[in-house]
Amino acid sequence: MAKNALGREIPDFIEGYGKTKPFQGAFALKPEGYRAGGKIRCVNSTCTDKRVSDIKAAIAASGLKSGMTVSFHHHLRNGDYVVNMVIDACAEMGIKNLTLFPTALFGVHKKLIEHIKNGVITRIMGSVNGPIGQLVSEGGMDVPVVLRSHGGRPRAVASGDVHIDVAFIAAPTADKYGNICGTQGQSACGSLGYAFTDAQYADCVVAVTDNLQPYPVAPVSISQVYADIVVEVPSIGDPAGIVSGTTKVTRDPLRLLIAKYASELIEASPYFKDGISFQTGAGGIPLAVTAFMKEAMIKKGIKGSFGLGGITGYFVELLKEGLVERLMDVQSFDLEAVRSIGENPKHIEISADWYANPWNSGAAVNMLDVVILGATEVDVNFNANVNTEADGALLHGTGGHQDTAAGAKLTIIAQPLLRGRIPCVTDNVYSVTTPGEVVDAIVTEYGITINPKRKDLLDACSAVKGLPLVSMDELVSRAHKMSGPTDPVATEDRIIGVVEWRDGTVIDVVRQLKTK
Amino acid sequence: MRRTMLYLPGNNPNMLTRGYLFGPDGLILDLEDAVAMAEKDTARILVQHFLKQGEFGKCEVTVRINGVDTEYWKDDLAAVVPFPVLQGVRAPKVDDANTVKIIDEELSMIEDKHGIPVGRTKIFCLLETAKGIWNAYDIASASPRVAAIIPGGEDLTADLKTSRSSEGTELDWARRMLVFAARAAGVDPIDTVFPRVTDDAGLRKETEFIKQLGFEGKSVIHPNQIPIIHDVFNPTEKEIEKALKIVAAAKEAAERGQGAVSVDGRMVDIPVVKRAEHTLVKAGLLEVK
Repeated sequence: MAKNALGREIPDFIEGYGKTKPFQGAFALKPEGYRAGGKIRCVNSTCTDKRVSDIKAAIAASGLKSGMTVSFHHHLRNGDYVVNMVIDACAEMGIKNLTLFPTALFGVHKKLIEHIKNGVITRIMGSVNGPIGQLVSEGGMDVPVVLRSHGGRPRAVASGDVHIDVAFIAAPTADKYGNICGTQGQSACGSLGYAFTDAQYADCVVAVTDNLQPYPVAPVSISQVYADIVVEVPSIGDPAGIVSGTTKVTRDPLRLLIAKYASELIEASPYFKDGISFQTGAGGIPLAVTAFMKEAMIKKGIKGSFGLGGITGYFVELLKEGLVERLMDVQSFDLEAVRSIGENPKHIEISADWYANPWNSGAAVNMLDVVILGATEVDVNFNANVNTEADGALLHGTGGHQDTAAGAKLTIIAQPLLRGRIPCVTDNVYSVTTPGEVVDAIVTEYGITINPKRKDLLDACSAVKGLPLVSMDELVSRAHKMSGPTDPVATEDRIIGVVEWRDGTVIDVVRQLKTK
Repeated sequence: MRRTMLYLPGNNPNMLTRGYLFGPDGLILDLEDAVAMAEKDTARILVQHFLKQGEFGKCEVTVRINGVDTEYWKDDLAAVVPFPVLQGVRAPKVDDANTVKIIDEELSMIEDKHGIPVGRTKIFCLLETAKGIWNAYDIASASPRVAAIIPGGEDLTADLKTSRSSEGTELDWARRMLVFAARAAGVDPIDTVFPRVTDDAGLRKETEFIKQLGFEGKSVIHPNQIPIIHDVFNPTEKEIEKALKIVAAAKEAAERGQGAVSVDGRMVDIPVVKRAEHTLVKAGLLEVK
């Protein structure tokens, strides 16, 4: 048992995961060697149509067998039909012992529980939330889940840590030769950013579509050179669950207050100038930060360069109004974003690799000035936990948390001090997702708490009259005073989750919850 | 300053804990309309605990008690007055000077009993009936404790046998009357709440209107209303610049022994200087004299 750079005890070997590399620091590990790759294919003019009749035929043609790894993207979010459809079919075909390698899972995938219990799925590498998270946390899987960030996942694939046997790509529009488009069709989801790496590295790629169009479709996100099989199904998803309507800025006063402080921090920082780039996501607080920033940008005549990450209609508005020059979109959250990425050449579709992979020739996050993130807990050392709740249950995926925090010049975690009676600022987070060395500030309703290592930021904020600066000591003692003591999480020894840092080292492990 | 006085339901610990964070000038911990009959005792106990150990930032802290026509008001006063953090009570349905006197006497008794300087607890009078508005000046001058008078919204409209309109026609006269009475008696006129909490534009329009009438501020029922009202009441940069000029010119004139002076081609006399000083007080650039 070794301690990693954060003092977390990481076993040398974890059953079902293998040998571990302990986390050494956010930028410590340098890769060596060459990229891995998928199987070489050769398709001649004898094949001009890659279609098969149905999903079972596609599975059979892909060569998928028990024990293999299957991957999916999550662009259809809670409206996705494809994961359940494929795994149901695998179960019926007697395929077992699969490793599920999704870019994320949603509530709609709780149906997978039956396939975990009946042995069709025996390993998950990816976020587990909701009921699946609870099942895993209580020891419902024999093999620990592996949690990777949006950048850590393509890194793991490209470096050979994970080999994808078959990638099933939900395709809102496709043609018979496997060109895939995300912006058209009844199940349009905009960017297909998370699917690119899977298309490039899997041994076999299956495009699953409900909108087959004549060859060649345009525009193309993922081209025919990657797709091996095309299958048409009645529906790949429920549009209501795929994209939301117009994303509106919250009216919750507490969230607005936190957003206002975060925006004031950004304004006080050296990055608030022409060319600023930022990522704020779709959550209540981050979106409100964007709204406050917009006001400030207009007032001070500042124009930004690009908005990154998951894109909402609100960002589209900024683009239209000339407040940012480009949008780099790995995931389109709402109808406006889907429409815009299909029409506006300044709204660019980027892959997860391009977005966040630490082991390529430079990810987009490296160019980021400011990111606003959330967390379930932050501790006195600014370490953030986004994977588990304070009760120790796996609940959230890592998303781009680690990557944007590592890349951005100013990483802000904005969240209320307490959720209900649970404190969000503690002495020591239950599980670390993102190390404090890449977190610059915490913003709560009580004010702005700056990581002491950022003395420059502290000076910049101190120079602005009226900015509410709160030290970490004061913040944590306030949390203690308001919530009272909390019982430590009671766990078994068995590890049910491995949290990887974006470079593949183990930053923390999550243990099985004790049965109550 | 009393630009904004935010109501916080006395039975909601979440809001009582965080109310001050939104930066209103004053807080009103409400034991009256926000609290159901069955929860009156609970709310009183909760508010008492908050007055004892809660945080209120720089806010002026008041409690809205139940009306003198109920069985609760004396218990309310007894529970909250002893706490040093409490600066005043907001009394509902004040119809005449006698209501003020009754409350005044009860306050004096409690203050005396607890060794608090008699007269420390201010009274903020809610004038929620036609009779109350009619007696506005008498009410405002009934006790040195009276700090402000506030017109009712819903109750007053009901008493006038009309309904609340978006233009506020029905409250127009009452508001004007109230400003005159308050100013004549030397207390603050504070406006009623704006009930449509998602109508930001409507709130801004109404606030601009009542500011022009002469109100000092507004009662607030949602934290999101605070920045809008402050924005209306805060002097603009142009107003501040002008006020600084006037005050400086007046100071210079006084030093030279002159009474009046001209600033930007306009005669500046004492009322103009007073108004300029008031602007600087609101901008936080001058201490209240």
